Amino acid sequence: MSVIYLLISISIVVALTFLYIFIKAVKSGQFDDDYTPSVRMLFEDELKTKNSKKSKTQIEKQN
Amino acid sequence: MNTQNCFHCGNNIVKAEEIQFDEKSFCCTGCKTVYEIFSLNDLTCYYDFETAPGATPQDIKGKYDFLDNADIAEKLLDFNEEHTQIATLYIPHIHCSSCIWILENLNKLNQGIAASQVNFHEKKVRITFNSGNVSLKEIVLLLSSIGYEPYISLENYENKKKEVDRSLYYKIGVAFFSFGNIMLLSFPEYFEVGEFWIEQYKGFFRWLIFALALPPFFYSAWGYYVSAWKSIKSKMLNIDIPIALGIVVMFVRSTVDIAMGYGQGFFDSMCGLIFFMLLGKMFQQKTYNFLSFERDYKSYFPIAVTKILSDKSEEAIQVYDIQKGDRLLIRNQELIPVDGILISEKTAIDYSFVTGEAVAIEKKSGDKIYAGGKQIGNVIEMEVLHSVSQSYLTQLWSNDVFQKHFDRKYKTITDTISRYFTPALLLLAFVSFGFWIFRDVTTAFNVFTAILIVACPCALALTAPFTLGNVLRLMGYRKIYLKNATVIEQLAKVDTVVFDKTGTITTNKKTSIIYEGTPLNDYELKLLKNALRGSNHPLSRRLYDFIPNQEKSETSHFEEIIGKGIFATADAHTIKLGSSQFLQHLSENTHKKTKVHVEIDGVYKGSYVFNNQYREGLEPLFDKLSKKYNLVVLSGDNDGERKILEKMLPSKTTLVFNQKPEQKLQFIENLQKEGQNVMMVGDGLNDAGALAQANVGISISENVNVFSPACDGILDATQFSKIGYFLKLSKNAMKTIYMSFALSLLYNIVGLSFAVSGNLSPLVAAIIMPLSTVTIVSFVTIMSNYFARK
Repeated sequence: MSVIYLLISISIVVALTFLYIFIKAVKSGQFDDDYTPSVRMLFEDELKTKNSKKSKTQIEKQN
Repeated sequence: MNTQNCFHCGNNIVKAEEIQFDEKSFCCTGCKTVYEIFSLNDLTCYYDFETAPGATPQDIKGKYDFLDNADIAEKLLDFNEEHTQIATLYIPHIHCSSCIWILENLNKLNQGIAASQVNFHEKKVRITFNSGNVSLKEIVLLLSSIGYEPYISLENYENKKKEVDRSLYYKIGVAFFSFGNIMLLSFPEYFEVGEFWIEQYKGFFRWLIFALALPPFFYSAWGYYVSAWKSIKSKMLNIDIPIALGIVVMFVRSTVDIAMGYGQGFFDSMCGLIFFMLLGKMFQQKTYNFLSFERDYKSYFPIAVTKILSDKSEEAIQVYDIQKGDRLLIRNQELIPVDGILISEKTAIDYSFVTGEAVAIEKKSGDKIYAGGKQIGNVIEMEVLHSVSQSYLTQLWSNDVFQKHFDRKYKTITDTISRYFTPALLLLAFVSFGFWIFRDVTTAFNVFTAILIVACPCALALTAPFTLGNVLRLMGYRKIYLKNATVIEQLAKVDTVVFDKTGTITTNKKTSIIYEGTPLNDYELKLLKNALRGSNHPLSRRLYDFIPNQEKSETSHFEEIIGKGIFATADAHTIKLGSSQFLQHLSENTHKKTKVHVEIDGVYKGSYVFNNQYREGLEPLFDKLSKKYNLVVLSGDNDGERKILEKMLPSKTTLVFNQKPEQKLQFIENLQKEGQNVMMVGDGLNDAGALAQANVGISISENVNVFSPACDGILDATQFSKIGYFLKLSKNAMKTIYMSFALSLLYNIVGLSFAVSGNLSPLVAAIIMPLSTVTIVSFVTIMSNYFARK
């Protein structure tokens, strides 16, 4: 039954890791701005497909 | 495609000025140029996220020359080392995803810019660049040329970045970590006592729980001990005393329980309590990042101005370095930073920041011009009379009220309640202790600690933060942005409401005058204008300015009947102007509208209707408020409008005119000395003193993102008529708090009945504590939302 010492120790270590990650994330300012990143993540694709998208919108507008 | 609106900025296009480019229409060359810049750099994606997201670039010739001055530019940088410079610029125009996209792609427009990152809520962009390739001035000019002109003021010069305080997040994180783990570890013992398996591992579980409880006890809850200690020292019994006491007693008793092997202790409840209370604190801390409530003149004033040296050359100098006798060059749209004398021939100065009055004032050579005005017109030269801190307007900030304001402490509702709660609780604890000590010493200690644990006013302490935090958000949705939750409590106590006149109860839009009736020919207009020249009545003056310029001629007879109108004779024609009563003309019910009727040679011609320059809903608002509040209109102008206001507003309203900024402050102070709780509603910088002095200072703003003096709350001008609703909502918020206090006391009584009889098991505590929290939080949320909907 001494396996319980091991299991609980592991679970505490896992929990501590998460706590550490959380504190690190707060420290880096991740929670200071909760809006801009959500918009920013949509941009990457726009840049790559810019040319095709541009021509598409132009066609739409011509119609 | 919509041809009515500009492709870039979305404004209506005046047909004559329409510019076609690349099959799109633009309202002006400015907008077209921005489009050109974007399309040359393959950045037309900008228009895909939002339709017409742009702003027309303003003419900024020479405005940013001061950035050539290395010392000043250096002050604006966050970071400056060899090839890497970082600057954070505030850009008021940031409003949509297109803005984020274009500002984060600045490096495509200029190779010198390494990266740029937008913080949307704060409307700031953080630009990393290489000063070897591009200067700060070039970046500012680039931003301005694409319609994103940064706002740089004297405030940027002084304030260095404040460290953000994130300790509350850490504390919550730590508390939640321990709370969760302790709950898991104490679960077995809740139910299965005395089983072999548990007996074997009990010690391990309990000491682990103890270890986990240490960080929340020493770190997360530290603020409560400090606050409790402070309140004991100042002899004000606040709510933190029973909270701190409860936490400490829980910790000590649980430690004793574990050490002596009596039981598992109350560490689970303790961590839960700390966690929930910190959560309440966070909920109350709703902040509007994009607004600033601490603004003084520094956020309005420029960093630098152009000084004319004795050899006629120009140099940018820092505003604080301006000395008496200096000659300054002020361009169009620039702010005058100091008092001085106009040297150039003439100019117009817009004092809307100061007084709220949008109509610019004409100044001639030799006239005194005051700091705070915006110069409209050609470049002017002025001579300095006072340095910045000595100027008429800025002197207001040397008043004590601006120093005191930040640490003025209000007694909150929770503190008031806890003044009774804390002694009652201690009394109960000691009486029960006294009762049990003669019967059973162990039980006596158990009961004593159990009372302090269960009565720990967690729900009581959570009521106010959650209610006020929620109401703060509800008000934010309705466009009144309050500085913090205590403002709501103050709002509920208000019994006197003071309004500024210009810009607050009047709009900034210029009054329009409409003529109704038989059209007048040029000759008749000439007669009219000449008749009006002799009158000093405010309506006559406005009408005089409205009628286009006419040839001057002498009136042979002129008579002004006060309160009625004018009777004049010229060129053998008689002109009668004035009220319908005076002209004996019976028109439809006109008393709500301001009209001047015209009669020439005994024939009724028509009337000039003065459209109300007062805000929409002003009269209903005042009627509604006058039932419950004392109302005052406090104006810096002369009493020209007294008559109109008296007619429009309830008779109880006090009207005070000719008030200087300091007098406004004094006036509020006097009201407070009479024991009144004053709310001040104002707008311009001249109200800043009164806003700071009042119990609640609300600044009204046409554009909440741009200008508002230091205050407790910012109200969007479109919501002006809802002031009554907001006052009522704040009162209902307090009602909700009282109801929920009653509810949480109920929980305390149930818990105490367990405690007094000596039956409080950790399980009961672990159930009552979160249950009461959940009930209270849901109760106040539902109630405040219900009141807001009414």
